[in-house]
Amino acid sequence: MSIKIDTKSAVTQTLLEQLQKHASKVEFMPNNEIVDAIRLLEDKGIPNNKHEDYKYCNIESVLRKEFKTVEQSFNELTHDDIAPLKLDEAINMVVVNGNYHLDLSEKMVVKRFNILPLNDLFPAEKNRIASLAKSKTDALIALNSAFTGNGFFLEIEKDAVLPMPIHIIYINSGKQNNVVNTRNFIHVRENAEVTIVESFYNLGTGKVFSNFVSEKLIDENAKLTCYTIQTENELTYSVNTNQVSVNKYANYTNTTLTLSGELVRNNHNVELVGENCEASLNGLFITNGNQLVDNHTLIDHQVPNCQSHELYKGIAKDKSTGVFNGKIFVRKDAQKTNAYQSSKNILLSDSATINTKPQLEIYADDVKCSHGTSTGKIDEDALYYLKARGIGDDNARKLLLQAFAQELINKLEIESLQERVLHLFEKAL
Amino acid sequence: MITIKNLHASIGEKEILRGINLEVKAGEIHAIMGPNGSGKSTLSSVLAGREDYDVTAGEVIFNGKNLLELSTEDRAREGLFLAFQYPIEIPGVSNINFLRTALNEIRAYHKQEDISAKDFLAMVKEKQALVELDAKLTNRSVNEGFSGGEKKRNEIFQMAMLNPKLAILDETDSGLDIDALRIVANGVNKLKSKDNATILITHYQRLLDYIVPDFVHILYKGRIVKSGGKELALEMEAKGYDEIKKEFEIAD
Ligand SMILES: Nc1ncnc2c1ncn2[C@@H]1O[C@H](COP(=O)(O)OP(=O)(O)OP(=O)(O)O)[C@@H](O)[C@H]1O
Ligand SMILES: [Mg+2]
Repeated sequence: MSIKIDTKSAVTQTLLEQLQKHASKVEFMPNNEIVDAIRLLEDKGIPNNKHEDYKYCNIESVLRKEFKTVEQSFNELTHDDIAPLKLDEAINMVVVNGNYHLDLSEKMVVKRFNILPLNDLFPAEKNRIASLAKSKTDALIALNSAFTGNGFFLEIEKDAVLPMPIHIIYINSGKQNNVVNTRNFIHVRENAEVTIVESFYNLGTGKVFSNFVSEKLIDENAKLTCYTIQTENELTYSVNTNQVSVNKYANYTNTTLTLSGELVRNNHNVELVGENCEASLNGLFITNGNQLVDNHTLIDHQVPNCQSHELYKGIAKDKSTGVFNGKIFVRKDAQKTNAYQSSKNILLSDSATINTKPQLEIYADDVKCSHGTSTGKIDEDALYYLKARGIGDDNARKLLLQAFAQELINKLEIESLQERVLHLFEKAL
Repeated sequence: MITIKNLHASIGEKEILRGINLEVKAGEIHAIMGPNGSGKSTLSSVLAGREDYDVTAGEVIFNGKNLLELSTEDRAREGLFLAFQYPIEIPGVSNINFLRTALNEIRAYHKQEDISAKDFLAMVKEKQALVELDAKLTNRSVNEGFSGGEKKRNEIFQMAMLNPKLAILDETDSGLDIDALRIVANGVNKLKSKDNATILITHYQRLLDYIVPDFVHILYKGRIVKSGGKELALEMEAKGYDEIKKEFEIAD
């Protein structure tokens, strides 16, 4: 459809006009979502730091400074580019510049799951797109809905317990300034169980603004374990939104490791919609240089008897900034909620900052909610003890920081992934 | 081995060491006793290189090198070992990994190759047996959740692994039950040779029944006020510090 854009924000106006020039045709996004998207962007524009939720993360300014023009020109990728990124223990799927790439993806060796390009969906599947992530709620979801590429739809069949993880490799390969909107929908059906690794890379030579939206629907008694591995380079500015819905007796875990990227904004929005379900959100980030990593989590307890756990740890060096903003929303009906949140941080320089903000909004009276946050420096006594045994300053710090991070790295229950992450972690220190 | 001359050290405005003189030769065992707060742990911390203290005067020569100019880690690599009065807990760092890193860094300093995994494990086994340290403890995080006695034993285990030239044991005997005391003392005696030396800081004659010192020094208000043979420890045990305190009362 053709859209006339008339926004109050010049930055948004320029961006939308340029994106429209390059927009590819998508068949799956409901029209009303696109209309809502444009309306929201026209009214509110891309958020800047005046927007409470984007206080530390001025997306408008990034777009104004770094993405004045949008080229949308990309390098071709070959199997050789992908090979080192694969995980041996997993089925490797590839998404390039927002589009699910059949050729580069491995053929299915495991039954009972289906993966399809979004453009090839049947109406019954198509209906689910944008059922969780709504344009109306957030400008970046809106931007994605209006200009998304041809991502994938992944479904794990009822009762299927996948014997190996699925690894989705998202790669950007831009030559010049690009804006990439990647979208997917993951549906884990009743009683099914799966582990999904989502790794993000930028193999391009130009700057990229990567705006990722994933909808994850977990049916009754199903289990979805996700590992998000962010290792994009300093040319990458990314916003990543996971919009998750967890049904009765189901279980959702996400562990996000952010090891690089110039600007990384993560939105983990989890709705607990069925009784007795459980969600865990974990994260580890390490920032250096002028990097910004901004983690926002929202756990929405809508019904009684659900549990949520959150553990975020951050290490900030140089002049970098980290954020953990964790909101727990307990609605009036959500009695017997059990919610726990913890955020621990280490600052390695006087110019580094980590902002933590637990936000508990509790409208039910019979709940257990707790949160704790701490931000400090490296433990000098421990450092001295290690040195007194002959361990040099560098190694002593590494040992202590690795010890701090290990709890989160251990959550990745795939051996080669742990090794890979440990290696990247050491490199980032 | 080590020569300490007129060592003064303070923390903030407060002078804690007020002119320490001490010489320890290879093959010797020295005991340092003295009332609480007299500066015994401060002396060991200053020698080990803790940065909280300012050395305001004096010098320390350790094996021909100016000790005070070396970093904490280089002092350890040169063969100085301090068994802490209060060992630090380090959650998440395994004892084994910690010791292997320490050992290899010390070896690298002396231009030796890393120890092989096999040799390392054999050494761990041997030294563990020496101090009768539960094998389970070596796989846990450094000192985390260890009992007081286990921490002390772990210090001696580390000493056995790193094989220092000069070991300073700061009240390693306190908090040990009778059996543990015997085991630790036994370990120290077995590790003793004509090429290394030990400084024992202790409040109790009991330890000196097991590890017989060549010299005993009394530290009071930041100075060594009395030195003698092993009988001095017996004398102090019998009489207490009152006489010394009267004799050497100095204004703060
Ligand atoms: N970090 C510090 N800040 C302030 N005062 C200190 C510090 N460390 C030591 N002191 C003071 O220095 C003095 C000597 O302390 P030190 O620990 O060396 O005594 P000690 O002889 O080892 O005593 P103990 O027998 O109780 O172990 C004490 O008065 C103590 O309070
Ligand atoms: Mg002491």
